[in-house]
Amino acid sequence: MAAGVATWLPFARAAAVGWLPLAKKIMPKPPVDKKSRNDEILFVNVSGIRFQTWKNTLDRYPDTLLGSSEKEFFYNEDTQEYFFDRDPEMFRHILNFYRTGKLHYPRQECIQAFDEELAFYGIVPDIIGDCCMEEYRDRKKENQERLAEDTEAENATDTPLPPHSTSRERLWRAFENPHTSTMALVFYYVTGFFIAVSVIANVVETVPCRPLKGSKKDLPCGEKYTLAFFCMDTACVLIFTFEYLMRLFAAPSRCKFMRSVMSVIDVVAIMPYYIGLVMPENEDVSGAFVTLRVFRVFRIFKFSRHSQGLRILGYTLKSCASELGFLLFSLTMAIIIFATVMFYAEKGTKGTNFTSIPASFWYTIVTMTTLGYGDMVPNTIAGKIFGSICSLSGVLVIALPVPVIVSNFSRIYHQNQRADKMRAQQKVRLARIRLAKKGTTNAFLHYKEDGGFQDRDSDNALCLKNRSAFEHQHHHLLHCLEKTTNHEFTDELTFSEMCMTESVGYRTSRSTSISSQQGVSTSCCPRRGKRRAIRLANSTVSVSRGSIQELDTLQVHKTSAGPQRCLTLKGATRLLTIGGPPLCLSQEHC
Amino acid sequence: MGAVVGTLTLQTRQRRPSRDKLYDDLELSVVCHRPEGLEQLEAQTNFSKKELKVLYRGFKNECPSGVVNEETFKQIYSQFFPHGDASTYAHYLFNSFDSSQNGSIKFEDFVTALSILLRGTTTEKLQWTFNLYDINRDGYINKEEMTDIVKAIYDMMGRFTYPALKTDTFKQHVDAFFQKMDKNRDGVVTLDEFILSCQEVYSTCSCSKWHTMHTIFVVCI
Repeated sequence: MAAGVATWLPFARAAAVGWLPLAKKIMPKPPVDKKSRNDEILFVNVSGIRFQTWKNTLDRYPDTLLGSSEKEFFYNEDTQEYFFDRDPEMFRHILNFYRTGKLHYPRQECIQAFDEELAFYGIVPDIIGDCCMEEYRDRKKENQERLAEDTEAENATDTPLPPHSTSRERLWRAFENPHTSTMALVFYYVTGFFIAVSVIANVVETVPCRPLKGSKKDLPCGEKYTLAFFCMDTACVLIFTFEYLMRLFAAPSRCKFMRSVMSVIDVVAIMPYYIGLVMPENEDVSGAFVTLRVFRVFRIFKFSRHSQGLRILGYTLKSCASELGFLLFSLTMAIIIFATVMFYAEKGTKGTNFTSIPASFWYTIVTMTTLGYGDMVPNTIAGKIFGSICSLSGVLVIALPVPVIVSNFSRIYHQNQRADKMRAQQKVRLARIRLAKKGTTNAFLHYKEDGGFQDRDSDNALCLKNRSAFEHQHHHLLHCLEKTTNHEFTDELTFSEMCMTESVGYRTSRSTSISSQQGVSTSCCPRRGKRRAIRLANSTVSVSRGSIQELDTLQVHKTSAGPQRCLTLKGATRLLTIGGPPLCLSQEHC
Repeated sequence: MGAVVGTLTLQTRQRRPSRDKLYDDLELSVVCHRPEGLEQLEAQTNFSKKELKVLYRGFKNECPSGVVNEETFKQIYSQFFPHGDASTYAHYLFNSFDSSQNGSIKFEDFVTALSILLRGTTTEKLQWTFNLYDINRDGYINKEEMTDIVKAIYDMMGRFTYPALKTDTFKQHVDAFFQKMDKNRDGVVTLDEFILSCQEVYSTCSCSKWHTMHTIFVVCI
């Protein structure tokens, strides 16, 4: 029950005295309130800002952190207050929720930070008040869309290839992402060039050239230089066919590829040529064939693979399909209405252009889009009146859906810009992550090299770097794993060197897991004589001798105020290597 | 015009999240779990109130919802062992932590396991280890289970090891383990055999690595 109602409960119970005269049976005894403590003020310290509130206020919502016994985990007995290491600004809003029963979303805060605070205090976002719910939902949706896009951009095909990919997969990747390899880039530009050449040839062959000698008529260039144009066409079609077949071969799912829009365009671009080759020089059929050549203009759509902007435009149109549909529908309605009206208005006039309703369609469209060619004009007064109404309404009908389309385009365009920026930063980010990962590995290997496992008193140990408690424990953990498996961590360089020595045929002990370390190291090292290998061997030798000592020297200090987060889970993880020692039993030197 | 619209929608990805799905996500987002009271936990485990508070603060910081799921667990482990693949071992470990087998670790599970590992008797620790190895919880460890566990541990080492890992390395490891543990040579290791073998090996071994290790771990919090 809401807090407000609870306040009135004693009043309602007191007013029940009014029922006593009417009661048929004896009234039940009132419940004894055992825990009738006086309400106390609680102190809540959030990062130094002290809040005070009645205990009852917090108890109103017992399924949240502050309302349940969970807050006892954060009680500090020394200062007699509850201490939370969180944002005090956000806590204000949380506490207001307890006081008023309504959770408000502060508009200037980041939505994710707010969500995290709510999750920490165990408050479900559903109870945000109506005043702020719309804003909260919008911001959350926006954020989630952005995150979804970012993960998509990460999973995009710009990631480095998996190491074992067939030539088919590599070919497909080269087609989809031309900037991954030089060959792909060259192919990309060559096809682009040929698309342009083909389109220009199509255009130029209809331009009238100077006529042949002895003839007065102007010929289109296509008929004058038939052979030249035919050769150019053949070359382009060959390239396009080759490209299409390669894509078909490389596509991971051929059926899906053949159904995709781009492949349909490819096919439509090259089919007229082949049909023209096959068809005989028949007069009737070649008329149809000429029509087919119109489809050659679709080659220009192949540019969409090369142009990002074209793709954005196409995507905008697709996402505004409903608005476009509405525009089309309303235009059609208006056209039919006005065409009918104009037809009947102009019906009586002699020699009128408005011969039928479909003929009036042309007039209506030209007028509504404010073109006004003037080839059809109304003559009667009624016709002129309706004509002017038609042009005014045309402006309105077209102007309405356009801003929606424009805003959609702008949003998608900005998203694309961001996606491109993300992709550029992605490489830097991945490199940094890889570096960080290597850093931890290298830190451990350097630690071993610097003789960290030797006796503290030796000189080598003095030059050990100052490591944090976390690093200490992490290295101990890795060391435990090494002991469990009786193998050591190395880096890629040493590993590949060792592989080479083994393949050259040097004798290494056969069963490396059971035999002692010394045998392996001495047989592996002499040929190379590398400092690193010898040092590793030395450290392993000392390790096998001083296993207790090394554990004792890795003193782990009691850090109660330290980075608890890492240490809690770290401590847990290290304990879990206790699963390791029983496995060590099988190792002799363990 | 429709044809133009159609042909211009090239190589575009279906990207529109529907509004309904978002609202569903919003509704079932918070799966909160609150642990039992401080007194109860103190009674059930070997930790003091102060230690429990410290543990809970760290736990709550990492997982505000109060539960850890397997994915998070695997990610944590892969950060600790960046060289190799820690996901299989993390999976077995997660199952041994998850006492109620419902796919999530609550604070109680976490603290109970820590209590055994840090403050429990040797027998309790060995029992916990036995439960870790016994993947299907039938009370016996057979060769397949052991091979899986050992392979998972070797996977964490990664590729670059010295000496290089051979394909039968962990098989030999498993065989040696069974040789030591399986007293009656029946192909499986029971809990009693396990505890007996571990205790006798550790009592005779001069290193007594086991005891050294857990003394150090005591102060790790």
